[in-house]
Amino acid sequence: MKIYRSRKTEVRALDGLDLTVEEGTVLGLLGPNGAGKTTTVRILATLLRADSGRATVAGFDVAHQAQQVRSVIGLSGQYAAVDENLTGRENLWMFGRLYQLSSGEARQRAGELLEQFGLTDAADRVVKTYSGGMRRRLDLAGALIGHPRLLFLDEPTTGLDPQGRLGMWDVIRGLVRDGATLLLTTQYLEEADELADTIAVVDHGKIIARGTADELKSQVGGEQIEVVIHAATDLAGARDILARAGIGKPHIDEHTRRISVPTNSGAQGLIQVVRDLDEVHIQISDIGLRRPTLDDVFLTLTGHDAGLAAGEDEGSATPGSGSGGKAA
Amino acid sequence: MTARATAPRSREGRGGLRQAVGDGLIVTWRNLKRIPRIPELAIFAVLQSIMFVLLFAFVFGGAIPLPGGGNYREYLMPGIFAQTIVFAAATTAIGMSEDVHKGIIDRFRSLPMARSAVLVGRTLSDVVYNGGILIVLMLSGLVVGWTIRTGIPPLLEGVALLLLFTFAMSWIGVWLGLSVPSVEVAQQAVFIVLFPITFVSNVFVPPQTLPSWLQPIAEWNPTSTLTASLRQLWGNPNPFVSTGFPSQHPVLVTLIWVVVIVAIFAPLGIRRYRLMSR
Repeated sequence: MKIYRSRKTEVRALDGLDLTVEEGTVLGLLGPNGAGKTTTVRILATLLRADSGRATVAGFDVAHQAQQVRSVIGLSGQYAAVDENLTGRENLWMFGRLYQLSSGEARQRAGELLEQFGLTDAADRVVKTYSGGMRRRLDLAGALIGHPRLLFLDEPTTGLDPQGRLGMWDVIRGLVRDGATLLLTTQYLEEADELADTIAVVDHGKIIARGTADELKSQVGGEQIEVVIHAATDLAGARDILARAGIGKPHIDEHTRRISVPTNSGAQGLIQVVRDLDEVHIQISDIGLRRPTLDDVFLTLTGHDAGLAAGEDEGSATPGSGSGGKAA
Repeated sequence: MTARATAPRSREGRGGLRQAVGDGLIVTWRNLKRIPRIPELAIFAVLQSIMFVLLFAFVFGGAIPLPGGGNYREYLMPGIFAQTIVFAAATTAIGMSEDVHKGIIDRFRSLPMARSAVLVGRTLSDVVYNGGILIVLMLSGLVVGWTIRTGIPPLLEGVALLLLFTFAMSWIGVWLGLSVPSVEVAQQAVFIVLFPITFVSNVFVPPQTLPSWLQPIAEWNPTSTLTASLRQLWGNPNPFVSTGFPSQHPVLVTLIWVVVIVAIFAPLGIRRYRLMSR
């Protein structure tokens, strides 16, 4: 558990958060801004001390064997922690040396990583001239310099443009293929879905759900029939038809004229809806059978959209005690 | 196990002190690399000192008579060297604060490196950097009429004293840089501390011209004792403010100041650094 105290309020950044990353797997820590993802990573990476609870990385206690922990982890954070005034190669060499590699080993490892991350051409340029995506790749390379057994990636694509994000995903997928053990935090549901084996959903410092992407999706329910109708005046009629075809209450978005309803009759149900709509001459712009996204999961679990900052009600956090443990 | 065949075993083989020195030197290297990459920093640091030389040598100098006579420019230059060194704390504070806020410190703290290396590297590199600036300033001093009347050994002693003092000031900078919430605050805070230290001293004016209550402060001020030491060592005009101890034994008092400053600010800085994990 991690509690931040100020004169008037006390914010529990982490409150009894408990998780395990199996060797060779990717755990995605998913949550909105302020949920406690970064705090978790900082505690596990020995940058921050937990107020209570225990965490071990590769068998080493993060509080009492910090130096041993540091020699088996790699950390790549939200903000590229590389030196702007050094070249890419110099940055990696320096991190290698500080990882206690010999100068030769560090030089060789730097060369390998620059190659692996497509930075060879820019290797001898000062980092100041790099694009955001290149900096992130260099930062990640820095985290890998000592062949870490556990790699922390704290929001590796936050702030990158779509192209940079796809590039980063490729790099991370490559690491996963090579058998890396990874703890990834993200506020993008798509990213967790794409990269993680298991996902832990965090909100207000607590894990509120965990499982594979499919398991989480099935918590929300199965498939949905989704219709976008042409004219807003037909909304009521279409809703009645969907209510009959589905197994729950239809959800209507008047703004986009989109109606959706959970179903368990699959394609057959969809055909029925098409027929019924046609019969009463309701024109449709789009119709389909949709599997729930992690956005739906988030909405169901937390009652607010993933995009909303959880930090807004931080001031109301209550004092108290408890225990939390994290193991990796 | 994902640990691959090349996982380095040498990590555990290094001794504590050896690793501390090695890691400290790597961070020093990293800090020094920045100087040629942003030459403007060093250029403006030198220009700032030269501006003070020109202002005082040609604008105010004529209005400042030295008790017992002597060339004002010759009197001024050791003060300028001392002032430059005192302002080394600013370089350190700003550099330290920048590192903290750009996240590179987080990187360092997540590596299995000596805990001391970041702070040691910062202070050592600032000693080297300011040493370079001193050389340029000394050469400019020679141009405006400063000279050394004693010889090479006193010259080297004076330079050594300046560098020791830089080291001490850097620790003040480390503590300041780690204590302030942003780089901008570091810049502001540093000057509030440094201006009185350099101006309530014998750097620009003979302390006899100060109000009597301010004279003891000016006399014991480390900037004054450093400046008086240099003037004494190099045979430059050095009008004594009094028969007080600091005026009589400036080198000794300066060395004591160095020890006191390091003894106070190094632990404070290290404590600040440790507290980052709270």
